Amino acid sequence: MGVNRREFLKLAGCSALFGLGGASAFEILRPGALDASAEAPHHGEAAAPAPQGKQLGMVVDVRKCMAQKDGCTACIQACHVTHNVPSIPNLKEEVKWIWKTPYEQAFPEQYHEFVDDQLKAGQFPILCNHCADPPCVRVCPTKATFKRPEDGIVMMDMHRCIGCRFCMAGCPYGARSFNWRDPRTYFVGKEDQMNKDYPTRTMGVVEKCTFCPERLAKGQLPACVEACQKLGEKGNALVFGDLNDPDSEIRQVLRTNKTLRRKAELGTKPSVFFIV
Amino acid sequence: MYDEKFIIPGLVIFVGIFTFPLWVQMGKAAPVPEPKIDTPVIQAMAEKKCVQSKLYMRTDHMQMLNDWRDEVVREAKRQFVSPEGKEYDKSLQLTCMNCHSNKKDFCDKCHNYAGVAPYCWDCHIQPQEPQAPKETM
Amino acid sequence: MIEKALRGDERYWGWIIFLLVIIGVGFGSYLYQLNVGLGITGMSRDVSWGVYIAQFTYLVGVAASAVMLVIPLYLHNYKKYAQAVIFGEFLAIAAVTMCMLFIIVDIGQPARILNVLLHPTPNSILFWDMIVLNGYLLLNIVVGYNSLLAYRKDVPPPGWLKPFIYLSIPWAISIHTVTAFLYAGLPGRHMWLTAIMAPRFLASAFASGPALLILLLLLVHRLTRFDVGRDAVQSLAKTVCYAMIINVFFLGMEFFTGFYSNIPGHMHGLEYLFAGLHGHAQLVPWMWTAAVFAAIGILFLITPPLRRNHGWLAVGCASIFLGTWIDKGIGLVIGGFVPSPLDVVTEYNATFPEIAIAVAIWGIGAFILTVLYKVTIAVKTEGAPHHAA
Repeated sequence: MGVNRREFLKLAGCSALFGLGGASAFEILRPGALDASAEAPHHGEAAAPAPQGKQLGMVVDVRKCMAQKDGCTACIQACHVTHNVPSIPNLKEEVKWIWKTPYEQAFPEQYHEFVDDQLKAGQFPILCNHCADPPCVRVCPTKATFKRPEDGIVMMDMHRCIGCRFCMAGCPYGARSFNWRDPRTYFVGKEDQMNKDYPTRTMGVVEKCTFCPERLAKGQLPACVEACQKLGEKGNALVFGDLNDPDSEIRQVLRTNKTLRRKAELGTKPSVFFIV
Repeated sequence: MYDEKFIIPGLVIFVGIFTFPLWVQMGKAAPVPEPKIDTPVIQAMAEKKCVQSKLYMRTDHMQMLNDWRDEVVREAKRQFVSPEGKEYDKSLQLTCMNCHSNKKDFCDKCHNYAGVAPYCWDCHIQPQEPQAPKETM
Repeated sequence: MIEKALRGDERYWGWIIFLLVIIGVGFGSYLYQLNVGLGITGMSRDVSWGVYIAQFTYLVGVAASAVMLVIPLYLHNYKKYAQAVIFGEFLAIAAVTMCMLFIIVDIGQPARILNVLLHPTPNSILFWDMIVLNGYLLLNIVVGYNSLLAYRKDVPPPGWLKPFIYLSIPWAISIHTVTAFLYAGLPGRHMWLTAIMAPRFLASAFASGPALLILLLLLVHRLTRFDVGRDAVQSLAKTVCYAMIINVFFLGMEFFTGFYSNIPGHMHGLEYLFAGLHGHAQLVPWMWTAAVFAAIGILFLITPPLRRNHGWLAVGCASIFLGTWIDKGIGLVIGGFVPSPLDVVTEYNATFPEIAIAVAIWGIGAFILTVLYKVTIAVKTEGAPHHAA
């Protein structure tokens, strides 16, 4: 054979480089071409959804939330119970998909000292905005968070997330939480409180609101919206629907109310609107 | 051979350590695993069929579950159609574990035998089994 | 050549054992972290990057600084750096290795780290950071090893090495620019969202890296009598001095933009670091210490009688090294997360296990550096007569 050790190592090294580089080149130039799945390579994992596709969004009527005198947390309870989001005593490590904040924190650029009394006194829920142009998707190195072309949801792939937390740095809204420990440790002794129809997460992955795709697939509304609607007259603070469908209820609400988006100047094009 | 008195014993020790798993088990074959399918849900079924055949599952359930998780999460394709034409939700927790609710006598049997520890149940909640108190991990 | 690292006196082995102990303790701490999760660190939902990423960011700068020797020597024939350049390249190897280790310990699911390769995502800067850092490591290994081997055989380096050496120049700039891009493109973090982020990174890199290199070369001279040459050290010191002045100047620019425009987003980060925000002022003593270190460093390096004295020079370089370490690591990375996107201040306190892991990685870097320098010095001092000094 006559290949000496040095030659062999050079050959092996170059082969490895070409192999890895070739796979990467394929993925960049023809995404999905090397996938084992027989389905056609799907585009649009990192691209913005086509304008004619759905873009799910939400309107939060802050006035209705503020009108609740009894500190309503129906949406938060529904979401966190449905999705096994643990209640973590150490606030530094808390995980929250939807939570209530005062106006000052939700809209720090809008806040001023002469804000009306009602707005100053109350709190309302904020959540992931499922932006049309999400910076978290842009920065994720594995596409573990990605924008679904079907409905515009900014989705989390818990199987792929490596827990680098770049998305947390990239999100301008603080919408994302990390599992600093195994979330199941917070359910010890409370296993019956877990929703057995939904998984938990494992330590070391990021999570956030995903607009309940598992419920949408069954024709249901997201848990928070349904919980708010169940409150009847007092509720109905959350309106959910397709922003790209001009005849949808949410578009009707947007046409007839003055709405705000959080940090609109950053160009993320949030899909969650607030009527203050 | 140079340094013969170190090399030969060294080689013998090395080969001994390297083949340790083989000769320490000599004569003690572990029994072939027999996963049990006598769960209440399966027993109540008229036709006891899984989403795929036993043979297929034995060789390919890992790949199938892998494909399922990408298809559900990344492609929003939640429906699976079995070779018999029956529709199922692609879900370990809700479909597979619904019938095979005895993880210890089913899933763990082969996994322990093969020495693998899939981390599926770190997230996907396994059904509560009546006998021993379930650990949360 | 690596066998030269297996021969040493008691001090050498004592040092190696000391490093191995530190590495062992940190490794144990890392196993604890793998078991329990990143919750054992001081990071939080609001400050989601801490000591690990801060060290990574700082060390990319140190790694890039080898270019401050390569450019004068290979592009401008500045022969005075001939003996020193390999020490810079080997420092780069140790630094980049530490960078990658810091990334790995910061990852929440390290078993999945290959996902970055399996699912390449060119729109993510982390993807490019992985490429450029690994590429730079490879470049320095190839260039360093072959240069040293050629020196040992008393022949000029092989011709095919030259393209790699030239490539390492823009590549060094790129590693730190790409690392700066990690921060500078994030719309929600106003302290980082500045065009001057990459220039700031490069300026502090070219101050901190050569400062560390000078300290190492002085130490090498003290321990082994091997001397890269007085002029090399002085030229490096001048590089450090001017780079540090530019670094401080750039920081001044940030202050001007923030405080003259009076825009809260542009001020809050700097306010938190240098004066405290909403009653939280934990990092303020750190930042002012860094400022004092910077001043001392610049003063000692810009004053010729002080710079020419290796004692004052060492103090000046250590000052600059520590000052930039605080400013870039602690100030920039942690300060960028304050206030949070909701304008809330959450402070960060590193925990002991976290620090143990960080120290262990520095220990690994020191170990790699020790081994590589030992080999280099052995090669350069054996059969010395016919090599040009």
